[in-house]
Amino acid sequence: MATLKQLSKVPERLAGGHRLCAGCGHGISTRMILNAAEDDNVVVGCATGCLEVATTIYPYTAWNCSFIHNAFENAGATLSGVEAAYRSLKKQGKLKDDFKFVAFGGDGGTYDIGLQSLSGAMERGHNMVYVCLDNGAYMNTGIQRSSATPMGADTTTSPAGKVVPGKQQPRKDLTAIMAAHNIPYAAQASISNWQDVHKKAKKAFDVEGPAFINMLSPCPRGWRYNTPDIVELCKIAVETRFWPIYEVEDGKWILNHKPKKYVPIEEFLKPQGRFRHLFTPGNEHMIKRIQKEIDDRWLALLERCGEPQELPPR
Amino acid sequence: MSKAKLMQGNEACVEGAIAAGMRFFAGYPITPSTEIAELSAENLPKVGGKFIQMEDEIASMGAVIGASLTGLKAMTATSGPGFSLKQENIGFASLNEVPCVVVNVQRGGPSTGLPTLPAQGEVMQARWGTHGDHPIIVISPSSVKETYEFAIRAFNLSEKYRVPCILLMDEVIAHMRERVELPDPSEIEIVNRKKPDASIEKYNPCEDYDGDGIPPMASFGDGIPFHVTGLIHDKTGFPSTKPEVTQNLIDRLMGKIENNLEDIIDYEEVLTEDAETVIVTFGSVARSALRAINLLREEGIKVGMIRLKTIWPFPEKVIQETSQRAKNIIVPEMNYGQLIDVVKAAADSKCNIVGLNKYVGELITPEEVMAKVKEVINRA
Repeated sequence: MATLKQLSKVPERLAGGHRLCAGCGHGISTRMILNAAEDDNVVVGCATGCLEVATTIYPYTAWNCSFIHNAFENAGATLSGVEAAYRSLKKQGKLKDDFKFVAFGGDGGTYDIGLQSLSGAMERGHNMVYVCLDNGAYMNTGIQRSSATPMGADTTTSPAGKVVPGKQQPRKDLTAIMAAHNIPYAAQASISNWQDVHKKAKKAFDVEGPAFINMLSPCPRGWRYNTPDIVELCKIAVETRFWPIYEVEDGKWILNHKPKKYVPIEEFLKPQGRFRHLFTPGNEHMIKRIQKEIDDRWLALLERCGEPQELPPR
Repeated sequence: MSKAKLMQGNEACVEGAIAAGMRFFAGYPITPSTEIAELSAENLPKVGGKFIQMEDEIASMGAVIGASLTGLKAMTATSGPGFSLKQENIGFASLNEVPCVVVNVQRGGPSTGLPTLPAQGEVMQARWGTHGDHPIIVISPSSVKETYEFAIRAFNLSEKYRVPCILLMDEVIAHMRERVELPDPSEIEIVNRKKPDASIEKYNPCEDYDGDGIPPMASFGDGIPFHVTGLIHDKTGFPSTKPEVTQNLIDRLMGKIENNLEDIIDYEEVLTEDAETVIVTFGSVARSALRAINLLREEGIKVGMIRLKTIWPFPEKVIQETSQRAKNIIVPEMNYGQLIDVVKAAADSKCNIVGLNKYVGELITPEEVMAKVKEVINRA
């Protein structure tokens, strides 16, 4: 693995000056991923969302590479077309240079409306990387729930009130769905573990065929945390096993980090305003439900990874 | 007892819909309609209704159809790109006579376009967005108060004729705040879909029992099994490819609108009697037109307005009659020119018909309407 010093010399494809919020995970995640493309030519496709809007406000662009924004649901399909045409041109000898293709979508554009087009792209085997920047809701339109929104979260379409304490359904397990496409590479990563992110992005770019990375990408407005604490919050997400980091290489599941001790989910919920109502008397059952969901999923993940099925020691 | 409230257009839409009996909303966030979903999420459970957020606009429209067939008054709300995605299901609802309300808050297009800015680019899509011959009703409010009233009317028309009703708003009306006097619930006229006679021996879901072209509608769960399909079907609801079955079905569907124009069509005439120049307009642009008319009248210019409340079916008759009296008709619209084509088709050929088109994401101003009126008069 390259040193930090070496990585810092890779040209920036997402330049500073974009209008993403302070303390947003999207800029950090995107730069980390693109850094692993090193000196290659890159074509970026972007689903509608915060990243697209905040990096391309007329008459400016933060992108130092080819950039395509198609309709909300089409990032996977559009890059499929680009990549297929590229291969044809290469075959005909009309294009000499090598290119890498990467799509970025939020959880709305990936878990929900764009799932069909992503699934198609993965199944057809296009040589592209799809990165989901999962901030757990539709933040661009003002914080509506998505199928990535964690159970219990308060959003404008799963409002926490006297009767219903926020979203009632657990999150969709998108990374597992992508792995089930039997693509060469699928992974889940967090900016708090930057070396892990870099390795995963490098593998994703290097494999022949489609690759998928799911990045936890906190949103200060939707999650309501103290903006400087973003990386710390991601770390807690990994340590509480809310966001396990793992990879699936050619069908083999590998756990990349095993927390040394049992950190209760409250540690992740407490710093966030979207979960504040869970700490009012009468909502204890919700925290229990959330913890159970996390523990159950953790044990299932351990099984897939061939690890002993035990919760971390308390 | 009525109560006054300062309201946003999107809020008035939800209030009106719930007053009309909406008990189901399926939607997907999209600017500038999102508040309709958010307020439905908050308010529907309070009246025993159900809000569900779907994975996209196709699914939202699908869920609305399912809920309506199960007996609830159902609505969805969206904007341009989402309206495009809903089109196939709108055609399904139209063919299967599923009452439902589809709100389209128009924003700049095409494609993602100008998500936060107003437009009126879906005059034609609202009518012909889905494929094939099909009936549809499109109504368009010009104020927050009217948004409340039209949300009720949209449900009433949809329930009465078993036709999808498009509530065609625009970003200005959706986000504008105005004082609205809410009527007492007892003063609101509510129309519910016709149900089949419980004693009926064999229910044919698509049979015109009453001779008015509108079959009574059972609900899933009523204990009367019935078949629903997107294929062309006969009175039993089962598919058929026979030419006479197809002809009967399409004629009956179109006839539900064509035979009830007087009931469905609604418009407002302002100072048209002596007007030499008449402005034909709808939605937020009508507000600018009204201001322009008042100012022009002060200058002694004889100008009036026909404000369309119903856009489809198009009020041909009033346009035709007006065009025989007036020298000029001006059609201001926030698009490249859509309504004007229908106005031209309906109007007398001697009448001078001129468009005022603005498609830059800004409302047409009263000054622009005034300038156009003067330009047209001076040229004549």
